[in-house]
Amino acid sequence: MQGTLMVSSSPHLHCGMNTRDIMRDVIIALIPALIASVWLFGFRALAVEVVCVASAMAAEYLSRKVMKRPQTINDLSCVVTGLLLAFNLPVTIPLWQAAFGSVVAIVVAKQMFGGLGQNFVNPALVGRIVLMGSFPDTMNNWINPLAWTGKVDAVTGATPLALLAEDAAAQIDPLSLLFGLRGGCLGEVCAIALLIGGIYLVIRRVISPLIPLIYIGTVFVLAFVCGENPLIHILSGGLMIGAIFMATDYATCPINKWGKVVYAIGCGCITVLIRLAGSLPEGVSFAIVIMNILTPLIERFTRPRPFGEERKAVRS
Amino acid sequence: MSISTFIHKTRGGVHPPHRKNTAECETVQMPVPNTIIIPMQQHLGAPCIPTVKVGDTVEVGQVVADSEAAISAPIHSGVSGKVVGTKELLMPGGRTTMALVIESDGEGRIHESVKPPVIQTFDDFIAAVRACGLVGLGGAGFPMHVKLNPKNLEEIDTIIINAAECEPYITTDYRECMENSWDIVSGVQTVMEFLGVKQVIIAVERNKPAAIAELSRIAANVSTPARRVVVKPLPARYPQGAEKVLIAACTGRRVPTGGLPADVKCIVMNVTSVSVLSRYLKTGMPLVEKRLTVDGSAVENPMNVRVVIGTPIRDVLNYVGLKKPVRKLLFGGPMMGLALMDDELPVLKQNNALLAFAEEDAQDIPATTCIRCGRCVDACPMNLMPTAITKAYAAGNTDELKRLCIMTCMECGSCSFSCPAHRPIVQTIRMAKDVLRSKK
Repeated sequence: MQGTLMVSSSPHLHCGMNTRDIMRDVIIALIPALIASVWLFGFRALAVEVVCVASAMAAEYLSRKVMKRPQTINDLSCVVTGLLLAFNLPVTIPLWQAAFGSVVAIVVAKQMFGGLGQNFVNPALVGRIVLMGSFPDTMNNWINPLAWTGKVDAVTGATPLALLAEDAAAQIDPLSLLFGLRGGCLGEVCAIALLIGGIYLVIRRVISPLIPLIYIGTVFVLAFVCGENPLIHILSGGLMIGAIFMATDYATCPINKWGKVVYAIGCGCITVLIRLAGSLPEGVSFAIVIMNILTPLIERFTRPRPFGEERKAVRS
Repeated sequence: MSISTFIHKTRGGVHPPHRKNTAECETVQMPVPNTIIIPMQQHLGAPCIPTVKVGDTVEVGQVVADSEAAISAPIHSGVSGKVVGTKELLMPGGRTTMALVIESDGEGRIHESVKPPVIQTFDDFIAAVRACGLVGLGGAGFPMHVKLNPKNLEEIDTIIINAAECEPYITTDYRECMENSWDIVSGVQTVMEFLGVKQVIIAVERNKPAAIAELSRIAANVSTPARRVVVKPLPARYPQGAEKVLIAACTGRRVPTGGLPADVKCIVMNVTSVSVLSRYLKTGMPLVEKRLTVDGSAVENPMNVRVVIGTPIRDVLNYVGLKKPVRKLLFGGPMMGLALMDDELPVLKQNNALLAFAEEDAQDIPATTCIRCGRCVDACPMNLMPTAITKAYAAGNTDELKRLCIMTCMECGSCSFSCPAHRPIVQTIRMAKDVLRSKK
């Protein structure tokens, strides 16, 4: 039998899950929000989403090819990035701009740093921030949801956070926010669809509920303390999609429990700070990107103490 | 009360499939092989030196190798016959060791030294444990007489009997509980008496309700307020039976890094070890046989067999029958077991399973990049950071490896098991440990 036996290091069993399964679960979790975006903004929403995903996949394929590295398109992570970027764009965005954002996200934010798991900021958020800086007009063009059906006035509507900034909170009904009946980006408006996706991810153990709960909780408490309507704050802007899908990005959030706690509180504080004190109406993207950059530092200071180390310190 | 239900919280761990296919397979005695091979290293510590020469006649239970070293255990012949030669064996793990080859004459004559030991004092007891050749049968093979005689003996207040058996496939300890429960409990009583310990906890995973019922029935009969014997059902979560995890779950105490169970006033014994000891004290027959779970996708009839220690693996596999070509052969369970290079190696004292897998279960799935999902961090029962360790190893940063306490890793495999990128984390940590050892 000698020579035919395979010798390898233990363990000889594996849970059977792979990276692709995780990414597929994230895509499944994004489907409710995808359906909601088509319901609210019509088939143009689907067009934006298809363009973003397709260009993200093309950018991933080509950049790996140019760098002469093994293809990673099969792990589906570029689909997640493309979809998340599309969800962060207004429905009226020119399709070429959407594609440009996708390419920036994949090539600049992800592949140039070594690909999946190596990027230090969330690629989709980088794509969004670059588009906001490059095309502020088209990135701030909001239309009312359901306008595509013809039954609702198609005039350009202000987002709830813009209304809040103008002290017009009385015009906002929190229940309509829950279902996404407000101006905003494709995937961020329908809070209930995002929550369904988030619950699915927690049940499937793809993400820990720690970051979304603490992030949203921090925004709620701070908004309340600052005399704002906390319900409107947690249901509007990009908070739901940011807290559930972007802040929980594996590569850019701390890996240990207490790190996650610090990170999520930081995200919440910066979000409220930008919303209330900054000149921008929305701060989720910047809050997450800033905390992404701080992640290695947070991880360093919240490193868990190995089993048995605590007693040793007492003994010696 | 014979069942203690309070369990201290431990972290991490994974849930591999149990696959205890042989749980209801009563132990079958395998016929004595024609030849046995007795390696000189069947325990942790110094290797033994043969006490017999080539050409000598030996009998069952006769000492064939021993050592003067403090940490060692004598080795006995399991057959009667003739020493026909010696050979060099490449052991799993990469070390070589000398081995005696003994040809059986099939008569099974018992050696004159096999008689119940006379024990009056604690020192007699420890001498008897040593004479029995007993080592930790859970897999580590630590000599039992050393384990039962720690420096701080008077401080020891708890003995934990490890019947957790958290590795998939393996059912030898379970069979011991079902077939020899009285031996276990009488062994427990003896150990308690000689060590002067007031509490024994028999720890069993909850996926073995029959063993829990059987042991607690008997424990209830012998438990007294002065000498408490309790059965503690633990959650079925790997690596529940790992010494440090087990102590933490049973008592809430944490063995310090680099420390021994005795540092937290505990002694941990494998359930089969206690049982073997109890039988030795009654009959005088030392450790010459071992129950093995033989299972795996290449095995025709998975079963529990009692084999003479030193039986070549090939004979065991022939006895149980193979239905497919073997591609991977393991000593021990699939989580921590060692992959073997050939089937000429003999069964050792501390072996408890022999798993033979066919091609489809011996896949080498290529690793992809780490996505920092944190599953390894969540799974680590020792609260380590496998992600940071692999990074520090790749960077050759030994200071960082030290700070990350990699020596705390017991290589349970929970991290690699749960890694969606199929990264060889345990292997990397082993190599990192070697780097640190070589720097010393």
